[in-house]
Amino acid sequence: MPTRLPGTDVVIVGLGAAGGVAALPLAESGLSVVGLEAGSRLTRKDFAPDELRNNVRAWPFTVQKAQREIPTVRPNRLTPSTQGAIHPMMNGVGGTSLHYWAQSWRLNPWDFKVVSEIRRRYGVSKIPEGSTVEDWPFGYEELEPYYDRVEREIGVSGQAGNINGTIDRRGNPFEGARSDAYPMEPLRWTGFIQQMADAAQNLGWDPFPGPAAVNTRTYQDRSACMYHGFCNRGGCHVDAKNSTAVTTIPRAEATGNLQVVSHAHVTTIDVDRNGRVTGVTYLQGGEEFFQPTKFVLLASYTYENVRLLLRSTSRSYPIGLSNNHAQVGRHYFSHHTGASVSALFPFDLNAWYGLPAQGVAVDNWADDNFDHADLDFVGGGNLWVYSDRRPIGAAGMNTFGLVPNWGSAWKAFIAENADRSNTSYIQKTTLPYESNYLDLDPVVKDPFGHPVIRITAEYKENELAVAEFMQEKMEQWYREAGATEIVRGGLGRTMGVSTHAYGGTRMGNNAETNVVNRFGVSHEVPNLGIAGASVMGTSGAHNPTLTAQALSWRTAQHIVDQWSTLAD
Amino acid sequence: MAGDRTKRKDQTVGMTRRELLRGAGVSAAVGASTLGAVTSYAKTAQQSGNSAESEEAYEQLTTEEGQLLEVIADHLIPSDDSGPGALDAKAVRYIDRALGGALSDSLEVYRAGLAAFQRYCRSSRGGDFMELPHNDRISALIDVETGAATGAGAGFVGSSAAFFSMVRGHVLQGTFGDPYYGGNENFVGWDLIGYPGVRTAVTENDQRRLEAGELRPYRRSAYGWEEFEKATVSAARKGLRHAD
Repeated sequence: MPTRLPGTDVVIVGLGAAGGVAALPLAESGLSVVGLEAGSRLTRKDFAPDELRNNVRAWPFTVQKAQREIPTVRPNRLTPSTQGAIHPMMNGVGGTSLHYWAQSWRLNPWDFKVVSEIRRRYGVSKIPEGSTVEDWPFGYEELEPYYDRVEREIGVSGQAGNINGTIDRRGNPFEGARSDAYPMEPLRWTGFIQQMADAAQNLGWDPFPGPAAVNTRTYQDRSACMYHGFCNRGGCHVDAKNSTAVTTIPRAEATGNLQVVSHAHVTTIDVDRNGRVTGVTYLQGGEEFFQPTKFVLLASYTYENVRLLLRSTSRSYPIGLSNNHAQVGRHYFSHHTGASVSALFPFDLNAWYGLPAQGVAVDNWADDNFDHADLDFVGGGNLWVYSDRRPIGAAGMNTFGLVPNWGSAWKAFIAENADRSNTSYIQKTTLPYESNYLDLDPVVKDPFGHPVIRITAEYKENELAVAEFMQEKMEQWYREAGATEIVRGGLGRTMGVSTHAYGGTRMGNNAETNVVNRFGVSHEVPNLGIAGASVMGTSGAHNPTLTAQALSWRTAQHIVDQWSTLAD
Repeated sequence: MAGDRTKRKDQTVGMTRRELLRGAGVSAAVGASTLGAVTSYAKTAQQSGNSAESEEAYEQLTTEEGQLLEVIADHLIPSDDSGPGALDAKAVRYIDRALGGALSDSLEVYRAGLAAFQRYCRSSRGGDFMELPHNDRISALIDVETGAATGAGAGFVGSSAAFFSMVRGHVLQGTFGDPYYGGNENFVGWDLIGYPGVRTAVTENDQRRLEAGELRPYRRSAYGWEEFEKATVSAARKGLRHAD
């Protein structure tokens, strides 16, 4: 029998980007909150500028829990699944926000109304066949105050392009109207980034600096960014990256209302005979505990959110918690960020220092910012050129078919060109489809004997058409800036394990096709909320974290506002 | 021209890239002589199957395995006109130490792969790798790289391409990784590709100087800063747990 702990008002499962944000409004309201985190608490001393450990050996991923439950992957039901070597998410207080790239984008207003906007502009037949995409239950305007709040609470730097409808050409002219400017100036540009911006302007495009949860000045008593070049897969040695570990979580703890429990491996969410959640069971150091609570906010990332729900079966929920409509695991998709383009320039780019959130973006070909009437796809991509290079990676550079991969000719090539290449991944509109989903793997289990998640998903024609179109644009941009060689990556097929994993517990008004309601609370379980990108029904062409955080704050605020209804 | 790209450790200490280029005439001359020494040293190592490295006992590999790996590494990243290579960087020392730690799962793969490589050289070229003429060595390595040496009869039970790819990856790590792990001796790898070094802060002015070719290379391991917890090299088997 597990040890029964004293009760608490709210349990948050997972103190990462989303759960870590929700902790603050919950704790500040006076509710007692227990945050269960599978990882440990890391601090600046753990974040050495060490490429071998961080990037080559993938130190952030080699962790106590996630690494043992790597999802299996197959493109479709007819193909056997395989298990990869890495789970790209991190356990730890602050979760993946410790080592993420900290790009903090808002979605475009179009992303909230994909179905109605396509119907209005192009006709319903333009919606890709087999897609289960729905409009969000609300528009961008509804989320705007929460975007604004989170940008201020954690600290986001950037250049506004649209404040209350007034366009500022220094920023993104396609963004939804903001109620205010970013709280900090954008990250600085290098000479090469400026050169790419000039090239975009020559093409008639609208370049602008991307938004980042990285300080560009002292903010909330934390340092400005030092641009040292180890942000990618590394935590920040001066706390300038605004992970929830240094922003919302410590402030929530300071209220006295948040208790952080690290190394807590949650195994089930438990319910009573009326179908209400009673608490959470977890393992810690070989011991089993039961944490009673009035409300559970599940915020453990898309794969684990789905796995915990599917594993938590009961008389009330025989095929998984909140799954009586068989929607848990449906509408899953991994953001299409592949189909890279690499370029070689005849001059040094001086990219040894900087960070992947420091760069120039172009949104002219994102979302529905351009006319698709004569194109055979919907959506688009965000073009992004950034500064990020370290020596082992640089030496392993793409050789553009110009030399072999070793020997004297190769060595002379990298000596000349190690700082002369740039590679862009491109974030693209990705839609949910009927045949893409998550379930429990029938064979592969974690060390506790619990099945891991199985991803059955592949990109469809629309994603591949967007990918090809975006590669054209990216190549055009590189060539305008003087690139002499270009290599394109494949268009992709299988949706692999991803840091941008959406759906599985989608949010929507219709309980037949969605797991949570417009506030992120389960349609079926009155005292269960879900946070993270698993509630998002579209990806847009931008990183999901800020949207997941804004939604998480909104859900937490709803819990506070409706506490007497939800908790009883 | 060869001297222009040469970034020998002894010449580039405290020199910027621009100063290096300005002094190309001098460094080319000095470079030529020192490089000559490097080349002949490497040749000696190959011919005798022996090297200075073998004076340091290997921790995981046998002497025979270590020496074979050194010659392979010397072919992948040779010491030549463009500067010092994998041998100078002590890339094999890096691999050997890592095989007792973070790469311990690969030790048996190395054992089997190196033995298979020798078998393949004997069956296809009539001798041990180190005894083969230069062109045969190159073609044998290409066979391994492309997977043509795969197959029990050919020598490799598993994919020879996978073995080659693993070795190449580790030789790159040992040549261009942080010297803390035993490779990149005297920062020869970072000098080769013009990496200006690990810094904990890069100001706007530093970036400007980098772009002007005036930023001095900084030679320091990440763990030269006392503020960071040391990563594990080989003591604990994996050494990859987070702080508790």
